[in-house]
Amino acid sequence: MSAPEIRAEARRALGICDACGYCNGFCDLFEAARRRPALTEADLAHLANLCHACRNCFHACQYAPPHVFAVNVPRALARMRHQSYLDHVWPRSFAPLLNRPMATVVWVTLGAILLLFGLMLAFAPAAGMPTLDADTDAGAFYRVLPWTAMVWIGVLPLGWSALAIGIGWHRYWKLTRPEGTAAGEPVQPGRALWSALADILDLRNLRGGGPGCNDLDARFSHWRRRLHQTLLSGLGLSFAATLAATLYHHGLGLEAPYPVLSAPVLLGTLGGIALLVAVLGLGWIEWRADPAPLAPEARRLDRAFLGLVFVVAGSGLALLVWRATPAMAPLLIVHLGTVLAFFLLLPYSKFVHSGYRAIALVRESLDRVSIRRDSA
Amino acid sequence: MIGGGAAALCAAITARRAGCSVLLAEQAPEPLRGGNTRHSRNLRLSHEAPTPFTSGVYPADEFWSELARATEGTADPVLGRLFVERSAELKDWLIEAGVPLQPIAGGGLPESRRTAFLLGGGKTLLNRLYALAEQLGVEIRYGCEIRDPVIEDGRLATSTARLDGTSYPSTPRAVIACCGGAQANRAWLRRHWGAAADGFINRGTPFADGELLESLLRQGVQPVGDPKAAYLVAVDARSPADDGGIATRVRCMPEGIVVDAHGRRRHDEGGDTASTRYALWGQRLAEWPDQIGYLILDARGLRAAPPALYPPIQADSLDELAGGLGIGSATLRATVADYNAAVRAPTDERDDWHTVGLDPPKSRHAHPLIEPPFGVYPMRPGITFTYQGLAVDERARVRLAAGGVVENLFAAGMIMAPNLMARGYVSGLALSIGLVFGRLAGEEAARHVRA
Repeated sequence: MSAPEIRAEARRALGICDACGYCNGFCDLFEAARRRPALTEADLAHLANLCHACRNCFHACQYAPPHVFAVNVPRALARMRHQSYLDHVWPRSFAPLLNRPMATVVWVTLGAILLLFGLMLAFAPAAGMPTLDADTDAGAFYRVLPWTAMVWIGVLPLGWSALAIGIGWHRYWKLTRPEGTAAGEPVQPGRALWSALADILDLRNLRGGGPGCNDLDARFSHWRRRLHQTLLSGLGLSFAATLAATLYHHGLGLEAPYPVLSAPVLLGTLGGIALLVAVLGLGWIEWRADPAPLAPEARRLDRAFLGLVFVVAGSGLALLVWRATPAMAPLLIVHLGTVLAFFLLLPYSKFVHSGYRAIALVRESLDRVSIRRDSA
Repeated sequence: MIGGGAAALCAAITARRAGCSVLLAEQAPEPLRGGNTRHSRNLRLSHEAPTPFTSGVYPADEFWSELARATEGTADPVLGRLFVERSAELKDWLIEAGVPLQPIAGGGLPESRRTAFLLGGGKTLLNRLYALAEQLGVEIRYGCEIRDPVIEDGRLATSTARLDGTSYPSTPRAVIACCGGAQANRAWLRRHWGAAADGFINRGTPFADGELLESLLRQGVQPVGDPKAAYLVAVDARSPADDGGIATRVRCMPEGIVVDAHGRRRHDEGGDTASTRYALWGQRLAEWPDQIGYLILDARGLRAAPPALYPPIQADSLDELAGGLGIGSATLRATVADYNAAVRAPTDERDDWHTVGLDPPKSRHAHPLIEPPFGVYPMRPGITFTYQGLAVDERARVRLAAGGVVENLFAAGMIMAPNLMARGYVSGLALSIGLVFGRLAGEEAARHVRA
């Protein structure tokens, strides 16, 4: 479908929702749509990113196919959401990466691993591979790749990705930001930010108004919400492990690898396990879910991101298990390669949804704050 | 169970829990199952204390007196009392069955003391109750019609089940008829409304054909209600012939004027601004030429109009508008000119825009139609249900015209609702009748089978 067709279908479906309104207890979407009857391009982008894809409104819809109205809001908004990722990606010429996400993940990951192998060989002493023997002494990792090389492998792609993703999110915020209240008086952003943060931590819009979401079919469940937060926690713990390791390195002058009972390893292990559990659970839901309310392009993006997180977490845990064996050096290279790919693909993967959704929630909270003020 | 809406599901679940083996025959295919429950949103229930789903209190006595008034005294007092009292059990029964209700705390609902809203509407209730029925071991057949009932010696002796083009004799020990009214039956409507029936749009399921109802009445069952009567609501004339549901309603008559096919006004558009106006206009349109009316708004009215299923037909002038609709432009211009000339602005705060010396008047919201572009919503009567059903006793057993009951035939839902409302309606009534009498019929049928 072309972008105008995607917008036209989202507009048609939401127009019927505005006249019906039965689903307004499931999430914030339907009241937000009613406040925007014009359904402009910016409105559609905002509503699409506000939608958490819980699918309740599809299974509850009296107008779902085979009804002649053929209303399928989750699918129409998944398409619209994907379109908004394409519209805001930077640089624009990278948009095809989002449309072929599995190939992107596979080739970038393989490329990153090969690059690091090359670097390892380039830095290797003339004597050849230094690490074929079991080697867990302090500094063993840096005999595979020097510390400075590792830092650059982290900093350069992260810098690029932060720039690219920041430009995309900023453009999106400019597109959908509130114009200010009718009185021209800006609302206090503080309360709105807190409320949006609470919505993110609780995933309130995936509660379906209480009973949960239609993850697999018309049954209600809270599993997708829980697994999403497990994944988020896994990313958080892994980030904390990196911070702890930085502190060990610079503050305490200790060199990796660290013992199992150290903060970096414990945090990283917990994070890796959380990521694996979340990815397997979400992957199972993705595999077994009723495809009717889903959009193929969105599913491909989901699967590719889950696959990438799986190899990052899996290779990290494998490195922990086998770091005292000759497999340490290749495992370290594979793990660092997957991390490098993950960093590089942040702006060109499902990861981008975090910012768009957070912005949509902040925008909704701002609306709610201003509505409360108007009615007060 | 004959039927597949809320009444049939409540009856099936109740009878199954009482130990009966139960087969539910739903005429629709699975994706369109559930009759008009699929289009429902809220249920009316009495309650003695506020709940998360209903504010304040709604005593059974108050429910009964409102029911009696709204139905102009047609409600059977014995069944009516039983109904309003047992409606108090519905909230707990639904929650226990896994049907989510929408808490009022979330906002987004109208002030709701008398009715509780289904989270996600009637289809969510259907999904939950079908899942529960299957889990309990109720056998469910989709696309299954029950025809040719034979009543002998006060018993339903046999009937025929048709499934996938094959007919099977059906002789269960008890039958509960929950298959709704006759609103989707064009022949029925033509018989009572003549050619006007062709101007109606059926808002609900196309499977409410009333075939079983008619054959039971031919077999000597006592009819109740009025075969000529129908609950009609003004809907957009561009709606599909069946199944358009809630979204097809036209809502903003008070913001403009309504003219007939000749371009003339016939009623006070500002007279009723409550939700009762939908049914008032439905009944009016049924009597109009070609059963069509045109709601005409100017740019101010278009801005004030709530979201609608179809966009209004727009034009920059009244002549252009009249041409597009096939109305004489001179008549329409004269109607609007007379109306605009009669409009008076409010004189004090409690007053409203109104007309003076106009027949019929527009008593409120009478803003002049002057600001282009002009917009039109074409309207037709949308039939929601018919008002003839099967008479039942207080055990939901179907009565015979000659006296006595059919001992193994029960009825629940809209097929027997005219016992409680032979005319009129109040919001949330239909679903509550289905739920209360579905449960009652399930209990009584189980008692009959196990006796």
